Amino acid sequence: MATTATPQADPTPKEPEATPAAALTTGTSDLRQLLLRNLRQSGIYIAFVAIVALFAILTEGLSLSPGNITNIVLQYSYILVLAIGMVLVIIAGHIDLSVGSVVALTGAVSAVLVIQRDYPWWVGMLAAIAVGLAVGAWHGFWVAYVGIPAFIVTLAGMLLFRGLTLQVLGNISLSPFPSEYSKVASGFLNGLLGGNGYDAFTLLIGAVAVAGYAVSGFRTRVARIKYQQPVESFPLFVGRVLVVGAVVMYFAWQLAHARGLPIVLIILAVLIIAYGVISKRTVFGRQIYAIGGNLAAAQLSGVKVKVVNFWIFVNMGFLSAIAGIIYSSRSNGAQPAAGNMFELDAIAAAFIGGAAVTGGVGTVVGAMVGGLIMAVMSNGMQLMGVEQQIQSIVKGLVLLLAVAFDVYNKRRAGTSR
Amino acid sequence: MDDNILEMRSITKTFPGVKALENVSLAVRRGEIHAICGENGAGKSTLMKVLSGVYPAGSYDGEIVFDGQAASFGGIRDSEHVGIVIIHQELALVPYLSIAENIFLGNERRGRGGLIDWNKANAEATELLQSVGLDENAVTPVGQLGVGKQQLVEIAKALSKDVRLLILDEPTAALNDTDSEHLLNLLRRLKERGITSIMISHKLNEITAIADRVTVIRDGQTVETLNLDAGEVTQERIIRGMVGRDLESYYPERTSDPGAEVLRVEDWTVWHPTQDRKVVDGASFTVRAGEVVGIAGLMGAGRTELAMSIFGRSYGRDISGRIFMHGNEVRARSVAEAIDRGIAYATEDRKRYGLNLIEDIRRNVSAAALGKLSRRGWVNGNEETKVAEESRRSMNIKAPSVMSIVGKLSGGNQQKVVLSKWLFTDPNVLILDEPTRGIDVGAKYEIYTIVNRLVAAGKAVVVISSELPELLGICDRIYTLSAGRITGEMPVTQATQENLMELMTKERESV
Repeated sequence: MATTATPQADPTPKEPEATPAAALTTGTSDLRQLLLRNLRQSGIYIAFVAIVALFAILTEGLSLSPGNITNIVLQYSYILVLAIGMVLVIIAGHIDLSVGSVVALTGAVSAVLVIQRDYPWWVGMLAAIAVGLAVGAWHGFWVAYVGIPAFIVTLAGMLLFRGLTLQVLGNISLSPFPSEYSKVASGFLNGLLGGNGYDAFTLLIGAVAVAGYAVSGFRTRVARIKYQQPVESFPLFVGRVLVVGAVVMYFAWQLAHARGLPIVLIILAVLIIAYGVISKRTVFGRQIYAIGGNLAAAQLSGVKVKVVNFWIFVNMGFLSAIAGIIYSSRSNGAQPAAGNMFELDAIAAAFIGGAAVTGGVGTVVGAMVGGLIMAVMSNGMQLMGVEQQIQSIVKGLVLLLAVAFDVYNKRRAGTSR
Repeated sequence: MDDNILEMRSITKTFPGVKALENVSLAVRRGEIHAICGENGAGKSTLMKVLSGVYPAGSYDGEIVFDGQAASFGGIRDSEHVGIVIIHQELALVPYLSIAENIFLGNERRGRGGLIDWNKANAEATELLQSVGLDENAVTPVGQLGVGKQQLVEIAKALSKDVRLLILDEPTAALNDTDSEHLLNLLRRLKERGITSIMISHKLNEITAIADRVTVIRDGQTVETLNLDAGEVTQERIIRGMVGRDLESYYPERTSDPGAEVLRVEDWTVWHPTQDRKVVDGASFTVRAGEVVGIAGLMGAGRTELAMSIFGRSYGRDISGRIFMHGNEVRARSVAEAIDRGIAYATEDRKRYGLNLIEDIRRNVSAAALGKLSRRGWVNGNEETKVAEESRRSMNIKAPSVMSIVGKLSGGNQQKVVLSKWLFTDPNVLILDEPTRGIDVGAKYEIYTIVNRLVAAGKAVVVISSELPELLGICDRIYTLSAGRITGEMPVTQATQENLMELMTKERESV
């Protein structure tokens, strides 16, 4: 490949600038370059590892015990689902304050149909999703087509849909769901390959996931080499696969020694992969970043801003419904106060995960790590018996510091030339 | 010794990479109306910012003597303290506050206990309004007034500060003829009251009508100061001062060989989005394949508005007129449609409207034509990188890689990214709005070279510029635009800066 730009245009007469920076001299980059290139992202991974290690030490290993890891997954899955949608909303430069109420409303509709009216469990789920889509379309309409800031629209939605929840439930809690429904959040795939004191099936899935990661990584690498793109050096690539593989297999091992593979983890994994790909590899995903990065420039590049904004909110409604199903399934019923403050956890996850307040920046994976940081911290502090008020203070400070880090980073990036 | 209220001596002001002012001197006599004129970018506004302390003492070389005292202003407050008040082109009024509140903003009339005495303030404001001839209630929100009246509020505000030297930056640019006339009369009355004014203006008829003397600035240097009292100085004489430089040799050679007509716009009229006036008025023009067409116009003439309204109606309202592409009428009601029809528009303000500064070169180059890189909604990231890499090479974008963040590139390289983005849409017509604004000479040459390459490949290019030498250097044919109307068209061989400037400053009634 050409390693420096070769000017094909006529050499300019008065061009004092030095030769183009001799970067990309090799086709590979080392670990340091990779970390530096994306400090915003790598910072969050380092922080995550540090926090996990910290609580493992503080709880004397309890936080990494099989039972507890399962617990974290079950307990925070719906926040992570919300955070997937929220990070897309935030990247586009909006916010959604209503997701907690929408979680409650979708769960309530489902509970009324399944528990009160005796419809099959799947009817409840489909109805919840339909309600979520309708709510999303409602928000999308006001934000995209009427032009009201999302903060206002979803603040109104927060009140509106909380009220509707109470209306639907008639101010009472409903429970319990049939066992098929509650399996979504508390069911496990277990013993499919026989039990030997551990679940071989979970290990198999873990191994398949690692293999999939390695193969897709390798194919990306081959394609990039074909297109003469810089790639990480081969040892580094192998190292990355080994580290990820080890973490995943450790995780699977722990799950296998607890209750097996949680169904909700499968749902979560599918959503994370799907949305990770959508945000990075589809035209729609690109347009979300373009709108958040510079609205006017996106408009003048032919992006149909209204349409994109509309679907961002419809998608948020969809994921709120999924979270509503998981939450109602986990709590085995619907309560008027369900989902209270979930929006704040989801927003915090996105920001801790590196999303920028001004829009245009953020990743699904980052938001997941941000959500897990919050999850590991809450869980660890609960294990240590830290009082509720202290937990809240710590979480608040972590959010503040994460965004301060982001602001600092941006300023540094702005002056580093 | 002359009775000069202000003397600015050998002012030199440098920005990173650009010398905005070089040894500029200006002497303003007590009680006169002194006009400053020059082309866009000549340094007029910079000079006024130096004077008013926007650029504080120490950030420039040279000295300022105001009223016999050496002055060094650390900020606008310092200059206002001695009675120098500047009224900017973009009015600095808060639309939701009342006239009185705006007049005393930052200069509140405190009563007992530090509270504002609004009765007193409103009474004072009413007096000030009378003195500028504005018949409005002092409690009316400023947002309800037209631009002309807002301008008067600004002057009332200046009077409230005991102004001794009033600086007006293009005061009539946004005004209609009646309002302009009113404003000029007011300036005459202020002169009778002993207030000295400096007026920056492009409108030479106004300058000759009202100013006592005029200083011409060109390329950051004072050219001359002409005395208008005797009435001997004509507009043509001022124009000669403004443009009198030689065409510099930094325009690459090219042979022009225009082919068939590509774009024809007929009777294009655009209304201002919020105000009740036409911004573009019945404009018609054509562009042929392999031709560079220039649109010359001063600031506020409607150049950008013309281009943006054609580009998918991204500016203005009640747009009427017809667009023909290769002889067939086309509709371009949205930007996406315009891009589909083969129209591309590279904005004059690349940072605000052209680029996603927090993204890398790759994402910016592909932004307007992602469809070409995707199948069923899936973007081929490798193909995207390849395209960006090709642009980086062919455009000679100086960046370590296509993964470099665009916000960190220099102006010239950012402009090349903008061009890459639009070339990737494969347009028939490329409209370049001020393509070389704010970039250095070397990069300008490269941009001109790219333009030449495009027309050699059969594209049609429209260049909007307020730099006449640039248009004369790179165009085949030039239209002049004044107050939203096309006032002239000529092949470049017949064009001179003088006759263009004359058409660019031609007022409506004489058309």
